[in-house]
Amino acid sequence: MPQISLKNINITFKQKDKVLEAVKNVSLDIQKGDIYGIVGYSGAGKSTLVRVINRLQVPTKGQVIVENQNVNQLKGRKLRDLRHKVGFIFQHFNLMNSRTIAENVYYPMFNTETKNRKARVQKLIRLVGLQGKENAYPAQLSGGQKQRVAIARALANNPSILVSDEATSALDPKTTQEILQLLKKINQELGVTIVLITHEMDVVKTLCNKVAVMNAGQVVEKNNILNIFSNPKNELTKDFINTTNNSTNAIETLSQQTKFQELSKTNRLFQLTYLGESAEHPFIIDLYNRFGISASIIYGNIEFIQGTPLGNLIITIDGQLNRIEEIKQYLADNQISLNEIDFSKIK
Amino acid sequence: MNLIAKYLPNVANSIPDFIQATWETLYMTILTAIVGGLIGLIVGVLLVVTGPDGIAQNKPFYNILDKVVNLFRSIPFIVLLAVIAPFTRIVVGTAIGTTAAIVPLIIAVIPFYARQIQNALLDVDYGIVEAAAAMGSSKFGIIFRVYLKEGLSQIIRSSVLTLISLIGLTAMAGTVGGGGLGNLAVMIGYERFQNDVTFVSLILILILVFIIQIVGDILAKATDHENFN
Repeated sequence: MPQISLKNINITFKQKDKVLEAVKNVSLDIQKGDIYGIVGYSGAGKSTLVRVINRLQVPTKGQVIVENQNVNQLKGRKLRDLRHKVGFIFQHFNLMNSRTIAENVYYPMFNTETKNRKARVQKLIRLVGLQGKENAYPAQLSGGQKQRVAIARALANNPSILVSDEATSALDPKTTQEILQLLKKINQELGVTIVLITHEMDVVKTLCNKVAVMNAGQVVEKNNILNIFSNPKNELTKDFINTTNNSTNAIETLSQQTKFQELSKTNRLFQLTYLGESAEHPFIIDLYNRFGISASIIYGNIEFIQGTPLGNLIITIDGQLNRIEEIKQYLADNQISLNEIDFSKIK
Repeated sequence: MNLIAKYLPNVANSIPDFIQATWETLYMTILTAIVGGLIGLIVGVLLVVTGPDGIAQNKPFYNILDKVVNLFRSIPFIVLLAVIAPFTRIVVGTAIGTTAAIVPLIIAVIPFYARQIQNALLDVDYGIVEAAAAMGSSKFGIIFRVYLKEGLSQIIRSSVLTLISLIGLTAMAGTVGGGGLGNLAVMIGYERFQNDVTFVSLILILILVFIIQIVGDILAKATDHENFN
């Protein structure tokens, strides 16, 4: 049983004379312990979609099941109990300016069964690394510190789910990394499931184990993180991935160099993507031995996603290009994908 | 005393009148502020929570309340005094005197203050309201623990503005026998050509206004944790 199950969710907003379909027939299953990324550009419907999890948004159609409860039917006390179990953090932190840090963290525990609240406030403030700031007001903190307070607050009632709505989008890159590491720690140490909305694929790469890509209210692709990165199917997914590996930039830089332009007249350019164990395969030598072609690497990038290496190479091939289909097949058998880069398109 | 007798001869002769008038002004202001302020606050909160993007949206209710507030705000106070007289008679048994003046004062202050409260509360970031809902706050929880708390500093500023306008209104209330410093300034100072009385009345009103302004500013600043200067 998934911890969160969204079934055929549709959300429409009626404006004066038009109907806006913010979310169209989205189904997602999120398992306990997942860090589930939902990625898409602004206006894709991500924020609207996740708000159905604790009924901040009521879906027009579809079913929301969270921990075996039908969320659409929850009311009053039961709904508030659910909301205590789903922590939310926001892009603009949404801390209460009239309350100190300690009071902000205390806020969600008011009127709940949570035990030892005062001690818990201290514990949470320590967890997010803000000791000594208990009596400061939010206006006296930096953006990163504010988000830490928001995280502590979201964890107040021991939630089993944490929803992060663009939580790092207003932060600088270094602070973003710190917040992401904190989220990772919360996921690993407290076992909290995290649903993470972002428009930055880098964030997904750092943190998530699964990802859904959204566009215009629909999920266009969903998969575990390795499959998405090594074998993206949808064009939009590819666009997002290209924002995180530097190969697009590399090709652009290369294309401006005259030496390279000469090379491109006689040679052809390919992008090689390989994953995990295939990274250990000596395929460059293989290509020479088997097909008599020499490949030279002109750009390379290897990164680790969830501890698995993902390689991206740009190579030029010179020689027996009439056997290219055969080569592709051979590489595919070894879980390596080879795609020709159309040089004219880049320019 | 001699100095007052020399430069402000009429004032020296009417010191009991001044004490009486100051008391009447304070009495009208404070009682109106308490009753009108409380009702105005409730109306202001209702406008926010039932209005567009409110936490308890109710279009028909909001539209009616909104129109009623506008209607009462449009009535000039001096006309309201006259129009409301029969109602005043029902409520306090008479249409003249200080207590009678309080009824139209309250009716004038409610819509004015309600609008001020509405604006103060609409200044509270909607994101904070949404965060509170996400944390499991009930609607009442959101009103008392978010809107009124987050908006407190602005509410104090609005209250100062309302109180000062209210002192202005009490001066007009003198025309229905409400008394007060405004009445003293006009009925005795102006009508009997006792300019010093008018002048001293003015000074007393200004002192009252300044005290309200200063205390209000201090309170507003003490409750404002958003801007540190």
